[in-house]
Amino acid sequence: MSATQAPAAGTVGSRLTRLEDPALLTGEGRYVDDLAVPGALHLAVLRSPYAHARIRSVDTSAALSQPGVVAAFSGADLQQEWASPMPCAWPVTPDMKNPPHYPLAVDTACYVGDGVAAVVAETAEQAQDALASITVDYEELPAVVDLEDAASDRVLVHESLGTNTSYVWELNPDPEAVERAFAGAAHTVSERYVQQRLIPSAMETRGVCVVPQPYGGEYTLYSATQIPHILKIMAGLTTGIPESKVRVVAPEVGGGFGSKLNVYAEELLCLALARRLRRPVRWREERTENAQATIQGRGQVQRIELAADSEGKLMAVRVKLLADMGAYLQLVTPGIPLLGGFLYHGVYHTPAYSFSCQSVFTTKTPTDAYRGAGRPEATYAIERAMDALARKVGVDPAEIRRRNFIPTESFPYGSTPGLVFDSGNYPAALDKALQLVGYEELRAEQARRRSAGETKHLGIGISSYVEMCGLAPSRVLASLNYSAGGWEAATVRILPTSKVQVVTGTSPHGQGHVTSWSMIVADKLGISPEDVEVIHGDTASSPHGMDTYGSRSLSVGGTAVYLATERVLDKAKRIAAHQLEAAEEDLEFSGGAFSVRGSPERSMPLATVAFEAFTAHNLPEGTEPTLEASVTWDPPNFTFPFGTHVAVVEVEEETGRIELVKYVAVDDCGNQVNPLLVEGQVHGGIAQGVAQALWEEAVYDKDGNLLSATLADYLVPAASELPSYVTDSTVTPSPTNPMGVKGVGEAGTIASTPAVMNAVVDALSPLGVTDLDMPASPMRVWEAISRARQGRN
Amino acid sequence: MTVNGKTYEHEVEPRLLLVYYLREVLGLTGTNVGCDTTSCGACTVLLNGESVKSCTVLAVQADGADITTIEGLAGPDGKLHPIQEAFREHHALQCGYCTPGMVMAVTSLLRENPHPSEDQVRFGLEGNLCRCTGYHNIVKAVLAAAAAGAGSAPIGAGTAGAVPTGGAVAGGGAR
Amino acid sequence: MIPAAFDYTRAGSAEEAVSLLSQHGDEAKLLAGGHSLLPLMKLRLATPALLVDVGRLGELSYVRDEGDHIAIGALTRHHDLVHSDLLRQQVPILSHTAGLVGDPQVRHRGTIGGSLAHGDPASDLPAVVLALGGTLVARGPRGERTIPATEFFRGFLETALAPDELLTEIRVPKAGGGWSYQKFNRRAFDWAIVGVAAVADGGGRAAVSLVNMGPTPLRATAVEEALAGGASVAEAASHAADGLDPPSDLNASPEYRRHLATVLVRRALEEAGTR
Repeated sequence: MSATQAPAAGTVGSRLTRLEDPALLTGEGRYVDDLAVPGALHLAVLRSPYAHARIRSVDTSAALSQPGVVAAFSGADLQQEWASPMPCAWPVTPDMKNPPHYPLAVDTACYVGDGVAAVVAETAEQAQDALASITVDYEELPAVVDLEDAASDRVLVHESLGTNTSYVWELNPDPEAVERAFAGAAHTVSERYVQQRLIPSAMETRGVCVVPQPYGGEYTLYSATQIPHILKIMAGLTTGIPESKVRVVAPEVGGGFGSKLNVYAEELLCLALARRLRRPVRWREERTENAQATIQGRGQVQRIELAADSEGKLMAVRVKLLADMGAYLQLVTPGIPLLGGFLYHGVYHTPAYSFSCQSVFTTKTPTDAYRGAGRPEATYAIERAMDALARKVGVDPAEIRRRNFIPTESFPYGSTPGLVFDSGNYPAALDKALQLVGYEELRAEQARRRSAGETKHLGIGISSYVEMCGLAPSRVLASLNYSAGGWEAATVRILPTSKVQVVTGTSPHGQGHVTSWSMIVADKLGISPEDVEVIHGDTASSPHGMDTYGSRSLSVGGTAVYLATERVLDKAKRIAAHQLEAAEEDLEFSGGAFSVRGSPERSMPLATVAFEAFTAHNLPEGTEPTLEASVTWDPPNFTFPFGTHVAVVEVEEETGRIELVKYVAVDDCGNQVNPLLVEGQVHGGIAQGVAQALWEEAVYDKDGNLLSATLADYLVPAASELPSYVTDSTVTPSPTNPMGVKGVGEAGTIASTPAVMNAVVDALSPLGVTDLDMPASPMRVWEAISRARQGRN
Repeated sequence: MTVNGKTYEHEVEPRLLLVYYLREVLGLTGTNVGCDTTSCGACTVLLNGESVKSCTVLAVQADGADITTIEGLAGPDGKLHPIQEAFREHHALQCGYCTPGMVMAVTSLLRENPHPSEDQVRFGLEGNLCRCTGYHNIVKAVLAAAAAGAGSAPIGAGTAGAVPTGGAVAGGGAR
Repeated sequence: MIPAAFDYTRAGSAEEAVSLLSQHGDEAKLLAGGHSLLPLMKLRLATPALLVDVGRLGELSYVRDEGDHIAIGALTRHHDLVHSDLLRQQVPILSHTAGLVGDPQVRHRGTIGGSLAHGDPASDLPAVVLALGGTLVARGPRGERTIPATEFFRGFLETALAPDELLTEIRVPKAGGGWSYQKFNRRAFDWAIVGVAAVADGGGRAAVSLVNMGPTPLRATAVEEALAGGASVAEAASHAADGLDPPSDLNASPEYRRHLATVLVRRALEEAGTR
């Protein structure tokens, strides 16, 4: 790490090992499916085997006579359970088309995996067995798989909408400036990229368990979710159960990556069936269901054009997207392409900018947020296009980037699309990454191999990125029609025994919030992080929150914790001053105690203050008992983490096999609370981004069948496929929050995909290959080489 | 069968998978299920000392066998096994879902090959998927555990007084 | 995923297994390590009424030196093949390749007999036994018979075993000469997209077999004949896919498989020639 002196163990900036780990390492951690709920019924969902079919009839009668079956329902049978359709919280335009979407399809199934009937039985085995006894009479309709075909409206996914286009969204502040730039450009680049669909594949599939109290009318909904707070609101609105009667608990959650940032049919089915049957109802998702019925990510066709002057300096960026919504709009489906819409110029100063996105329905699983959500797509497009520009201009990819970086002295930087980048130092991250990877030596080795005619080609790929995270402030989200705020809540309590309780509205599922929030509090209070208890993921104990997604938790939720701690400390100071008979301004706080400046013998440990606040025997006039403060923090701006990643690949010409031989990441997420956790986030992000480049793809056939619905066919990489990574950082604090922090949850994923693909294209460029679709499978590489050869002959 | 040193006897349906026997009959929910295709390894346990995927073994096939699950790895005194300790020390877990299976796979690997190279670790864990860590810290933890002699550490005996180094803090006070 | 319900019985001996099979006919399936069958049952792609568990027949787990050949009990696990000193010395290609099957957990359960009897063209060991010119021993109600590996694989997941026969032993000649197994896949633990086994005879000839190039494991006869006719390695390898109709899937088109086969056969022959 770059710090010259290691921070003391447990303080902010130290590499504290996680407080969460002992429970998770010993099997004590309880995920939804681990919860023992006596008397629970098991739900199984019958799913459409057709991508598009009219449901003529559903006959559940035979299922009812199967052993253990308690009830079976078609979509029509359950219509009366719903107060409203499933929610989409991001109507990006006033005229956005949003077809009604119910937990079970009623008259038309719109993708393979769309639920058409439900069985509830005493055991999971019985529920699954009984699905085979349900008869559905389908009238098969044509599938809509290809995006350009969808846009043509040849076949309508939802007939009643009259079109497959959900919305067109444009960001084009000065159209004439863009036209002028392209007219006057010395170099232009025009590229088309396909963002294949990805299956988020959290290791824990989804799971739900609803425990009703039939007489009291309360429901506890346990769900493997990233968003207990949002789910509580939406569950109430959708089922008509008053929000005051719904408690949502996210127990241990086994990864999310955006896929559990949603309100799902099975959550609502369990809730409605628990109400109807007056018994607990639970469901666990199978891996094939996870592939088909949990949201997928990406799914875009991108057209990006660059205009540059003779030196390769950018004059304009013009982007047109065609985005795949899938069959329905889930919670934030329509907003995902827009999250990238402001960032297609990347880290480069760009005087003119135009972005438009047409979003279309297809008969495939709905898309929604997947790690990075919009920003990986944007970064991929601009970083691939910058390499194309470097080839046109005839300069090194590192040089084209240097020429175009937003100058370090111009931060805060107002971008042409209308954002204010908080802070940045892009050349520093690039320089450090190039130095760590040994750029000059690699280029020399590449030249040697090329001149020797070797067939194992070396490729070096650079990706310099910036992203926006911690969506805020709330009033800016309003301008994007996002139906929620960007704030986060925290409560900090110093308990009578001086232990500390933190209640957070963030909802971790692997990020280590318990450790990080404990460190923030402990550092400020001069106590040990193990003396801090962090409560999260339960709307009964943490009623306010906006949950965890979009790399927001530290910069928004962590800041709320920080500010609440400050506020508690202020109150403690007031009490201490009163009891020490000193003025507040004369007190200093260090080593966990207040003392009077200049008279260290007049001091009072925080523990004593805490007990005094509890007994309330001697508090200053007008001071309420107990030490507790709550803060709801609405940040003034997004934060803008950045960095440069470099990938080095070897490509075997004969077979097309790619090996990732070296990977260097230099990330700048501002100040770091715990570098150990920062590195972990980067490592995992890199693996997912590399996987998009090399292995993963949700493959649909022309009839809309998902061909890669298992982990045998959807190629999540194992340790055997990946190298160790070299990670480092630069530190450019954000001025928008008191800790100077940014987010890091998605950075690795955002940066790594284009780094790898630029490396592959770099390796193959002597063979005449300038483009390649993802994932760059050996067959695709071999075909691209063959095509390039034929083109040359 | 014997599970973590305790003997159990149950009449079960032939189709009951070992993983569901452990989870639902014995209540040992530390072993997780992550896929349908024997791909992910989240359900890895030791069967007669060797790693197996308990989603692809029938409970009846394991009749009479000696099974070790993640619950049986640490010592009864609460001391973590050196492999668990190394995972913690090197931040080799995030969401924790793959962790029990991963740790059991590592236990088997190091018993067969106490001092593997990095490549041998990577290929030795090819049967276990993790979506959070990118494997970097898992590999690091395994190499550290191997160097500390974890391959010959007894199961269920903990670290016998070993304390974590660096900034580690004992106890799981959180939640 | 939960398999459909079935009955289960454990065979105490090979004879008992055979008699159970002949009693129950097509309804019954043998269960050894279960790593081919149980995944299919969980996806409900296989729904046998009765499983006959032969997994405990310790009498069928061995690697023995029988003078001119090595005899391997059908229930010998991949893991045991990897660690058998005898096999490593006498038939290194088999020991090496067993270490490439699936992942360590699979190798702790899966058996060579199960792998061969399943007859998956994408499996590694069938092709190796084929290249070695092995012989399979089956026991049925009418006694024991031997089947040359070249006649064992009949069609997609179809072997010469009758429904009431139990594969008991695999015999392979000692093969201390040059050999190579080339496995091409995208993740280390996946099935081969294409695999090639080559066993050299030291006199310029070699037996070559192919994984995942057709409905069964195949001998690359065109390559073998070319070599026998004095062709160079590269020339012989160019015949790797002659007359074959390889499958198409997410990882490879037939054209790509044909190309891979020629590359991998060449590499296998080169390696076998120098080992």
